[in-house]
Amino acid sequence: MINLGMASLRLYAGLVGCRSGSCARSLRTLSGMTVSQIDEEVAKLLELKVQLGGDEGRHQFTLKTAKGTRDYNPKQMAIREKVFNTIISCFKRHGAENIDTPVFELKETLTGKYGEDSKLIYDLKDQGGELLSLRYDLTVPFARYLAMNKVTNIKRYHIAKVYRRDNPAMTRGRYREFYQCDFDIAGQYDPMIPDAECLKIVHEILSELELGDFRIKVNDRRILDGMFAVCGVPDDKFRTICSTVDKLDKMSWEDVRSEMVKEKGLSEEAADQIGQYVSLQGGMDLAERLLQDAKMSQSKQACAGLTDMKQLFSYLQLFQVTDKVVFDLSLARGLDYYTGVIYEAILTQTGPVPVAAAQNGAGEKAEEGVSVGSVAGGGRYDGLVGMFDPKGRKVPCVGVSIGIERVFSIMEQKAEVRKGDGRETLCG
Amino acid sequence: MADKAQIQEAIKTQGEVVRKLKAEKASKEQIDEEVAKLLELKVQLGGDEGRHQFTLKTAKGTRDYNPKQMAIREKVFNTIISCFKRHGAENIDTPVFELKETLTGKYGEDSKLIYDLKDQGGELLSLRYDLTVPFARYLAMNKVTNIKRYHIAKVYRRDNPAMTRGRYREFYQCDFDIAGQYDPMIPDAECLKIVHEILSELELGDFRIKVNDRRILDGMFAVCGVPDDKFRTICSTVDKLDKMSWEDVRSEMVKEKGLSEEAADQIGQYVSLQGGMDLAERLLQDAKMSQSKQACAGLTDMKQLFSYLQLFQVTDKVVFDLSLARGLDYYTGVIYEAILTQTGPVPVAAAQNGAGEKAEEGVSVGSVAGGGRYDGLVGMFDPKGRKVPCVGVSIGIERVFSIMEQKAEASAEKVRTTETQVMVASAQKNLLEERLRLTAELWNAGIKAEVMYKKNPKLLSQLQHCEDSGIPLVAILGEQELKDGVVKLRTVHSREEIDVSRAKLVEEIKRRTSDV
Repeated sequence: MINLGMASLRLYAGLVGCRSGSCARSLRTLSGMTVSQIDEEVAKLLELKVQLGGDEGRHQFTLKTAKGTRDYNPKQMAIREKVFNTIISCFKRHGAENIDTPVFELKETLTGKYGEDSKLIYDLKDQGGELLSLRYDLTVPFARYLAMNKVTNIKRYHIAKVYRRDNPAMTRGRYREFYQCDFDIAGQYDPMIPDAECLKIVHEILSELELGDFRIKVNDRRILDGMFAVCGVPDDKFRTICSTVDKLDKMSWEDVRSEMVKEKGLSEEAADQIGQYVSLQGGMDLAERLLQDAKMSQSKQACAGLTDMKQLFSYLQLFQVTDKVVFDLSLARGLDYYTGVIYEAILTQTGPVPVAAAQNGAGEKAEEGVSVGSVAGGGRYDGLVGMFDPKGRKVPCVGVSIGIERVFSIMEQKAEVRKGDGRETLCG
Repeated sequence: MADKAQIQEAIKTQGEVVRKLKAEKASKEQIDEEVAKLLELKVQLGGDEGRHQFTLKTAKGTRDYNPKQMAIREKVFNTIISCFKRHGAENIDTPVFELKETLTGKYGEDSKLIYDLKDQGGELLSLRYDLTVPFARYLAMNKVTNIKRYHIAKVYRRDNPAMTRGRYREFYQCDFDIAGQYDPMIPDAECLKIVHEILSELELGDFRIKVNDRRILDGMFAVCGVPDDKFRTICSTVDKLDKMSWEDVRSEMVKEKGLSEEAADQIGQYVSLQGGMDLAERLLQDAKMSQSKQACAGLTDMKQLFSYLQLFQVTDKVVFDLSLARGLDYYTGVIYEAILTQTGPVPVAAAQNGAGEKAEEGVSVGSVAGGGRYDGLVGMFDPKGRKVPCVGVSIGIERVFSIMEQKAEASAEKVRTTETQVMVASAQKNLLEERLRLTAELWNAGIKAEVMYKKNPKLLSQLQHCEDSGIPLVAILGEQELKDGVVKLRTVHSREEIDVSRAKLVEEIKRRTSDV
């Protein structure tokens, strides 16, 4: 009873934007109204409104797009087209194929994949057929596609919109419909080569888009887990400590340490040991040093990750991109999917944070809260496709998601600035 | 394992509970509750490995596009977009869902085919049904009075598959529209020129573009004695002339729609007429037809239209056809439909291509584009009822995809799914570093290159990959070649090989790939 009452109140609150008339308003004080009863009354209200505009068929309602969505006007489309062309050229330069999937999936396909974020999924109304939901990202549809078509090897890109019912009160400026731009390599290969190619692609794209200077931070889940283990973090606290460490790009070490100890119940010793590691950044040299580190080398997992990290850097050198890549032990990201290398690209020129800056879907993989300044992210996720395959057959994957909305924002701002200072003739 | 069997049993039972509730049309919450329990059980089943025991499929009426299909799709879009740009069109995009109230009352009977989003406590939303209503909403919302825009995007219709086999529920529409008050018939003529260009460039075979005008149709019905209240229904019967014989159409008008035999015969005399500017002239002189002011206005504009079409050099394929009706809910002036004249087996989804639907279904087989003038729509959205006249066309892109996919199947030529120009390979072991180094050089020079993700791949596998993907060139590294500072550049299909100096390799590859 209470639940139904709450549901109808919430429903009513949502109806306010639809200029509900007195009929719907009077339902506010009634408890036990079912959702379908409210539906019925709303339908009657709309019907009456249609009748009112009967002579000219005109509708008396506020002209707007749905909350969290927006039209793209011609100027924005022109910018969007340029950005896509640059990105797609790069993907094609690397031999990627293109696929597309439907905007909605069977609800069961998405169920159980996003943890707490599942409440942000848009469901379609049950109209007597299959239960459907709008896609939340492009990674789960990709894994479904691979399993469904029994694909074992593919290098593909996919640029499309995804849907998340973000609560605007918490995350002002976030869109509910936004583009994701994913590139993934699926298949069993010799280690770290495809991983290196993903980083080469990020480097090429960010360079060509001319967004200013950038850095690509890399780490590895096995190194993180190994580090936590040797620092004395209890197994069951790995994830929660990890998400605190992830805040180091937004919070100071003192605050992060404080959260680990006071809120997450970690021992001060363990926290301090972690602190020694997460401040470390470097290249292949750092990986080598850590392999020699007395404590770290006790973890087999960490050693495997560090060995691969050295291999990765050797390939990155051949690809000529080490100037912008940093092995950073504080990089955590939402680790639900990742099983190996993880990376995140950030712009180093800090400026006013553009609208939707914090939301760009960069390598989300079911994780929110990409840090300000982040324009791309991703990693290796070897276990996902196996979750879909009836026989549990694994298809190892590594990929990256470009934070395209962030890029749009920046380009739109640049266009505004150029227009404003009267240099149009020079800039052409 | 016994646990698993128990859960599976429970899933079966619960599945039946859900089915029964739905059949009994139980309340939504009850069904929701039982479905949630079912999903919960399924999650438990896959509990150990987090694996889900369900059929891997896309939603009914939707499909993935694999790389081959995407390659075809890209080519088609490029051709179409080039044409739109050639004519100065801008591009806009709108969200996939609109407020439910925006779509309410626009599609008549078809409203039941709209996908609604679940009420999750916020605004009531529905997936867009076409691109025309969002366009009108965009114009009214932004107070735009003049724009020439194209919009290519997917739309959503909950078609009942039993009735319309092969129809997709998610499909592309490709719209071009000119909004604004202009001198009559010039933008209308440009739309037809665009259809002509697109269909010619897509090389789908011979085509015809039928044109008519709502005012001519209405005027014709009036002078033939059709009662006002039967206009629409008679119109939709006349519309069936591309699928049914005149005898059957006449029969439906008289027997089912209650039209007098006289009126039906009079209509019959007109709807068999086809021609060009000459026909419009003749009808203006026609004793009966000229009695209708409406018809005369339409005919005068039709003459004007043909004079512009002559200047645009497209009259070879355009026919003024009095039997063309289309769903007339929106149209206020000229209407047109393009059909392919080479009849072949109707491809899957042929009958559904959204061509100029504008809230109307049942585009005839063979139809690949359609549209017309609709001056009253935007006014329905504007708070002050301000009108913005519009004329536009919708290309039946799904139909075009089907045809192109069939052609690709039939032809010996392979459709490439990548654009890779060079494979960087080696015959010997321990040359991964050199391969990676060279590949990066090629990428940095803007050359599209691939390298195998193996330390020591066999040359044959690398060459096979080139054959499979259609990669035209291979750059082969070897110990001796490295010492000599050269790379073997091989043409895949001819197997011809030459040694190229490392320094000149980029230049040589660029030269060869630009020749193609």
